[in-house]
Amino acid sequence: MIKIWSMKKESLATAGDKKKPKVSAGQIRVQKDLNELDLPKTMKMTFPAPEDLLNFELEISPDEGFYAGGTFKFSFAVNGNYPHDAPSVKCLQKIYHPNIQADGKICLNILREDWKPVLTLNSVMVGLQYLLLEPNADDPLNKEAADDLRNNRRAFEQNVHKSIRGGSVNGVAYDNVISK
Amino acid sequence: MVDTQTITDHERWAGVYKLLDRTSRIHPEFEPQEEIKEFIKTCKILVIGAGGLGCEILKNLALSGFGDIHVIDMDTIDVSNLNRQFLFRRADVGKPKAVTAAAFVNKRVQGVTVTPHYCKIQDKDEDFYQEFALIICGLDSIEARRWINATLVGMRDEDNPDTLKPLIDGGTEGFKGQARVILPGITSCYECSMDMLSKPTGFPLCTIANTPRLPEHCIEWASVLEWSNKHGDRKMDTDDPKDIQWLYETALARAKQYNIQGVTYSLTQGVVKNIIPAIAATNAIVAASCCNEALKIATTCAKNLDNYMMYSGNDSVYTYTFEHQRKDDCPVCSNSSTKLDFRGDKTLEEFMDYLKEKPDIQLKRPGFAVGGKPLYLQAPKQLEEALRPNLVKPLKELFSSGDEVTITDSTLPFSLQAVVTLT
Repeated sequence: MIKIWSMKKESLATAGDKKKPKVSAGQIRVQKDLNELDLPKTMKMTFPAPEDLLNFELEISPDEGFYAGGTFKFSFAVNGNYPHDAPSVKCLQKIYHPNIQADGKICLNILREDWKPVLTLNSVMVGLQYLLLEPNADDPLNKEAADDLRNNRRAFEQNVHKSIRGGSVNGVAYDNVISK
Repeated sequence: MVDTQTITDHERWAGVYKLLDRTSRIHPEFEPQEEIKEFIKTCKILVIGAGGLGCEILKNLALSGFGDIHVIDMDTIDVSNLNRQFLFRRADVGKPKAVTAAAFVNKRVQGVTVTPHYCKIQDKDEDFYQEFALIICGLDSIEARRWINATLVGMRDEDNPDTLKPLIDGGTEGFKGQARVILPGITSCYECSMDMLSKPTGFPLCTIANTPRLPEHCIEWASVLEWSNKHGDRKMDTDDPKDIQWLYETALARAKQYNIQGVTYSLTQGVVKNIIPAIAATNAIVAASCCNEALKIATTCAKNLDNYMMYSGNDSVYTYTFEHQRKDDCPVCSNSSTKLDFRGDKTLEEFMDYLKEKPDIQLKRPGFAVGGKPLYLQAPKQLEEALRPNLVKPLKELFSSGDEVTITDSTLPFSLQAVVTLT
């Protein structure tokens, strides 16, 4: 019996030797990016399946700026061609923000036209935090929010205050994203 | 008609033998030998891709005296290929490219055997690639190039010269092209030059959404923003005329609204499928250069390209050859690999401590994974916590003896691949 066991083990080991699962350069790069992350207190990550490094969520709770007090969730999906392709990032909540559309699409240059393979997951996370600290009225996805920001910063601030508590702005209802 | 049977090899390959029967002042180390002529007839050479470049490459190799050619391609023939992929005829539309191209060359050039493989390159294992003396790529996909490059780099065993598979990579885009020679582990590899690629990027999302100025902006708006609004999760099929028609009409309506001219059906197709018109002459030039290198490497009759030739036919005919340097932190070829023995009943934490102190490795905050699955990472905090229980588990519970463990650390150029034998 013991002999069969050890034989089985051996054949398994040699089979493993021949068909070693090739790890793609993209996967190794994600491992490296994650292992060297040094997240600030305002960010938290969750891994729905810890064995899958390519799909995860990021929560940002800004401690200053228009959006302080809220916790904003983003999904990250990294494909096998990373870092040649940018990770695909979406906002999981419906929020009032000039550069984020109601369905979660985000206008951040390094996620599209300015992505470069030298950038890392950390660069994207910092970029998202920056977008929450400094919404940009010149690159609007939510045009009304951008107009509000440009024309009346005070009113924009009040709109954000209302929207992140689940209120409606310009007739559109937003998600309550207040930190628990 | 000359009876082909009566033609001797010397008559048949007179052109090639002019290069192989003589010494050369440019390359005085070359010694003509009968074995060399025999070698190109019998050595196995693999052509990846039987498209625009592949047809040219197959034809060139067969006419240069290579006798045992294999070709691999996963695609079938489309009617739009016929203008430049000259091994195919109208009746071949729908048939596998590899099979059709092989049959054509086998029939047309006597004494050569082309063996087709109608599948993805990823379907073949290292044993398959090990059979070939050299490999020529005529691909249009970055992903496939990265894969074959990483595979060949990974196959190389410094102690066994047979595992070194020269890779000749041709590529074209419109009037531009390149040919390069990659000696895995010796010269710069495909991954080393990834930062030279200009990404065919879309336009800023906000421009598409709010301030379109070009017909392309309207098409991107239809495909990137409107598609998911109207079709939900259904994926766009860029080969389906109905989907293209919908995109075209949607883009056209938006173009009217913004007074933009130039949205056409074929532009829509071009933008969403990212089509760059292929130029037959560029393919011919790049394929010629690739096959020239194949002959030089197989016969050593001249020094091979070292290692990158770029060609541009945009304004005139321009080529520039240079030595592309290896990247110190290349994710593929700078990867150091090592073999380690460690006791299987010791824990991952003990293994980690051992690697931190081992003088030739000296890691600081390593992360471990096997086959893409993490065993332990130092960050982010939530993942570290989820994986922390693995630290106290014995190695034999985490992976099998002989598995390759991918170790990353800030002190490593990229990563360390350790084949760990559990004792």
